[in-house]
Amino acid sequence: MLTGALIVVISFTYVGLLFAIAYYGDKRADAGRSIIANPYIYTLSLAVYCTSWTFYGSVGRAATSGIGFLPIYIGPTLMAALWWYVLLKMIRISKVHRITSIADFIASRYGKSHLLGGLVTIIAVLGIVPYIALQLKAISASFSTMLQYPNAVASTTSQPFLQDNTFYIAMLLAAFTILFGTRHLDATERHEGLVAAIAFEAIVKLVAFIAVGVFVTWGMFDGFADVFAKAAAVPELNALLVQGGAAGNYTTWASLTVLSMLAIILLPRQFQVAVVENVNERHLNKAIWLFPLYLFAINIFVLPIALGGLMHFPAGTVDADTFVLTLPMAEHKTWLALLAFVGGLSASTGMVIVETIALSTMVCNDLVMPILLRWKFLQLTERPDLSGLLLGIRRSAIVVVLALGYGYFYLAGEAYALVSIGLISFTAVAQFAPAMIGGLFWKGGTRLGALCGLSAGFLIWLYSLLLPSFAKSGWLPITFLTEGIMGFDLLKPQQLFGLDGLDDISHCLFWSMIANVGCYVGFSLWRRPTANEHSQANLFVDVFRHVVPGGGSRFWRGSATVADLQTLLGRFIGPERANEAFAAYARSQGIPGIEQVTANAVLVHYVESQIAGAIGSASARDMVASVVVEEPLALNEVMAIIDEASQALAYSRQLEQKSRELEAATNELRDANQRLQELDRLKDDFISTVTHELRTPLTSIRAFSEILSDNPQLDQEQRSKFLGIITRESERLTRLINQVLDLAKLESGAADWHPSEVDMREVLDDAVAALSQIYKERHITLDTRVPEHLPLVMADRDRITQVMLNLLSNAANFCDKADSRVSVALIAEFAALRVEITDNGVGISAADQVVIFEKFRQVSDMSSGKPRGSGLGLAISREIIQHFGGRLWVESTPGRGAKFSFTLPLPRNSANFLAA
Amino acid sequence: MNAIPSRVLIVEDEESILLSLEFLLGKEGYAVNTARDGAAALRALQTQAPDLILLDIMLPLIDGFELCRLIRENPALRGTRIMLLTARGREAEIARGMALGADAYLTKPFSTRELMDRVRRLLSENGKPQPAG
Repeated sequence: MLTGALIVVISFTYVGLLFAIAYYGDKRADAGRSIIANPYIYTLSLAVYCTSWTFYGSVGRAATSGIGFLPIYIGPTLMAALWWYVLLKMIRISKVHRITSIADFIASRYGKSHLLGGLVTIIAVLGIVPYIALQLKAISASFSTMLQYPNAVASTTSQPFLQDNTFYIAMLLAAFTILFGTRHLDATERHEGLVAAIAFEAIVKLVAFIAVGVFVTWGMFDGFADVFAKAAAVPELNALLVQGGAAGNYTTWASLTVLSMLAIILLPRQFQVAVVENVNERHLNKAIWLFPLYLFAINIFVLPIALGGLMHFPAGTVDADTFVLTLPMAEHKTWLALLAFVGGLSASTGMVIVETIALSTMVCNDLVMPILLRWKFLQLTERPDLSGLLLGIRRSAIVVVLALGYGYFYLAGEAYALVSIGLISFTAVAQFAPAMIGGLFWKGGTRLGALCGLSAGFLIWLYSLLLPSFAKSGWLPITFLTEGIMGFDLLKPQQLFGLDGLDDISHCLFWSMIANVGCYVGFSLWRRPTANEHSQANLFVDVFRHVVPGGGSRFWRGSATVADLQTLLGRFIGPERANEAFAAYARSQGIPGIEQVTANAVLVHYVESQIAGAIGSASARDMVASVVVEEPLALNEVMAIIDEASQALAYSRQLEQKSRELEAATNELRDANQRLQELDRLKDDFISTVTHELRTPLTSIRAFSEILSDNPQLDQEQRSKFLGIITRESERLTRLINQVLDLAKLESGAADWHPSEVDMREVLDDAVAALSQIYKERHITLDTRVPEHLPLVMADRDRITQVMLNLLSNAANFCDKADSRVSVALIAEFAALRVEITDNGVGISAADQVVIFEKFRQVSDMSSGKPRGSGLGLAISREIIQHFGGRLWVESTPGRGAKFSFTLPLPRNSANFLAA
Repeated sequence: MNAIPSRVLIVEDEESILLSLEFLLGKEGYAVNTARDGAAALRALQTQAPDLILLDIMLPLIDGFELCRLIRENPALRGTRIMLLTARGREAEIARGMALGADAYLTKPFSTRELMDRVRRLLSENGKPQPAG
């Protein structure tokens, strides 16, 4: 026999245990050893999704619609696959911007809008408070059911609330939430103890449900096969197991799946545990597969329990929602029934606690504070320390939310409005989806679009789902449902515009989403976003690209003092913590102390985000704006920035092209500069060399002149020898001067040319005759090969002779000393006449083959060690040959002589020039 | 001319200049040796340490600077004076030669009287008895 007292004691002991766990969790966190910083606790805390609606309701739903309960769990399972894209981004954004709730998130995304934050809060409160009431009702119902033990029939008599245990449970939960949910002023800080308690509750409800499932499946039946075989034998039960039968049509499945997909990320409590309380983004990795596994585990025994209950109890005698409790009770399994009761209690309390925290944060930050801060007569903005007030508001909000929940439960009781509230709540939060998901991925979404979309979706939800549930509860005339407003058929709330054949939820989802998405997209496109919205949109959508925390300040211009900012922060989070926050900021910026902190965009952004953690982003912006003299960016300025950016983008390719051209030009310039320096150096060398070449003969001339003048007693032989030297050196000097002038004339194009028809044989003969003396003296064998007929060329005969002389004397100078041989060949080619002069000397290295044509660049005669000649001969020769359109070059293998060749082009009709 | 005459090595590749220097110094009674390139000069220095070297800078094989450096590195040639002869007359060149240990320089073309004055002065600093004249 179970007494009420025992159940009460167990209930309160259980809640007391939660206190202990939460206390322990917080203590550990304070000591720096978090017990929640692992993916398993994170996953378990996500299981706050499974409320008493799951614990009791799934079985109830399975008893009427078979596997119709499944979409609520298929949705989150599907969504988990998308978490890496959606939830991760939400977490990152929230951490960067210190976002405290889903209302704060949406408000912040659309330019930190008070209006939007308030609207989201109102929708959330309206949609969720009845859901909280449902949890309280579950506690109350399970309590009364247990009191009937071992009779399975539940009592429905309500009690005055002072004798109602549910009331005290609610009070206790409020105390718990206040104690562990508002430890810190900064709502973005994690509530470690609370999360630990929630994770513990997730284990309790899972264990309890599976225990009941195992008992039913193997204790009352003979395993799964037995349960289903026996159920299949009963015609009414068989219908439950067939898709499309009692399980609802595909539309219902689809809409429920979509709804629960959205709910798993948009329900305030889910946002709280999945985003705000997230310790580490990496935890998502495990949660993505672990959470669906949890859902699978808690659902696996739903059908056996439902079928078992239906087969065990005579039809209609026991509410299917209570099978989890009543089956163990009927079998007199006291402790199992108590475990099930505690499991149900844990499912309810977990949801109530987290939902209350999430809602109270929203109510405080997005509803109450903005209004209070705006009421000038309260002079809140003048108060030195608002942290106490903030805590008070937060705590009051918790009490109010729970009181609203309890009040709704107390008043609605058994009404339809409460029973069906789970899906109605889901549909309400689904209205956040366009603004939320659009805001994550579409920069074009604007505040106006979000406001209109949310309002439209919300109004349709109100009209086609919430009000009808009131009507069904008897609070509104039933004609509202059957005839629509003022008799307009098209306005029948559950057959809007004549849309028939859908269930209530699908119908509402269809119309509300059409209106919501339509308005969101339409109004977003209609008006351009403001500067603020634009920068927020960029920060949210590109959160993985922007650098934290300077990202928010790209468009910021203004001025503030550090003292003002610190005082401001102190007013919201307390002076001591403000000091800590500034020290942390200084550390993060690599500044030695708070005194050195300067007020810049980064600091303002930091302070704003710190305040945002306490009072929400929209109010934080207002507060910071009160101390920062900001020069707002006008829309046209932002557009100018964007235009600039897009132009820059458009021109980037051209720029790249230009840059490449510039680089090429730079290289050319560098080359030209090097060439110039080289030329300058060559000029210096030339002058220096000419000087040297002039001074050398001058030295001899002067020395011997002085010797002759100072030594009149010199004998005749010596006198004539010295005079001979003076004459030779004078000639050398003259030759050098002539050559230098000659080259200068050739190079400057000022030379006189006397072109005529030239027979190269005559040129060769003249040159050989001129050099015959030298060749004879040096015993050089000269071999000439001249064809019988040779075309004439157009050239300056004297100049060409000069070239021939130069090449032949070079050959004489450089040919082998012992066996000196030089050969000359005249060759008529197709378009040119070629002259080859070959010696058998040491040859010229490949490198020297180029430099010998430069002025004064002589190759040393290795045997004598001294180059002969002026060093200008080849340079002059090349100038001459090139003047007549020919080429002068050398081929040589070192050690095997050298062959100098030059060509002279033949006139086009060379036959006329053939020599006789 | 009772004492041992000072020994002078002329290193010059320009035949006519070499001839004039040889004549001028020989006439004054110096013991003159000649070399037409750097390598020949080194060979001459191995057999005898002269009191003075007249050194042309633009030399084949081993130029005047390198020769100057080698002479100054050789302890046996500590007493040898070096006079550079340069036809380029660049200040940088002269400075380089003096830095390498040359004692004097003369720019071509030079006055034969100045040349002989400088030669005498260098050799008297050397503590060697001067030839007559």
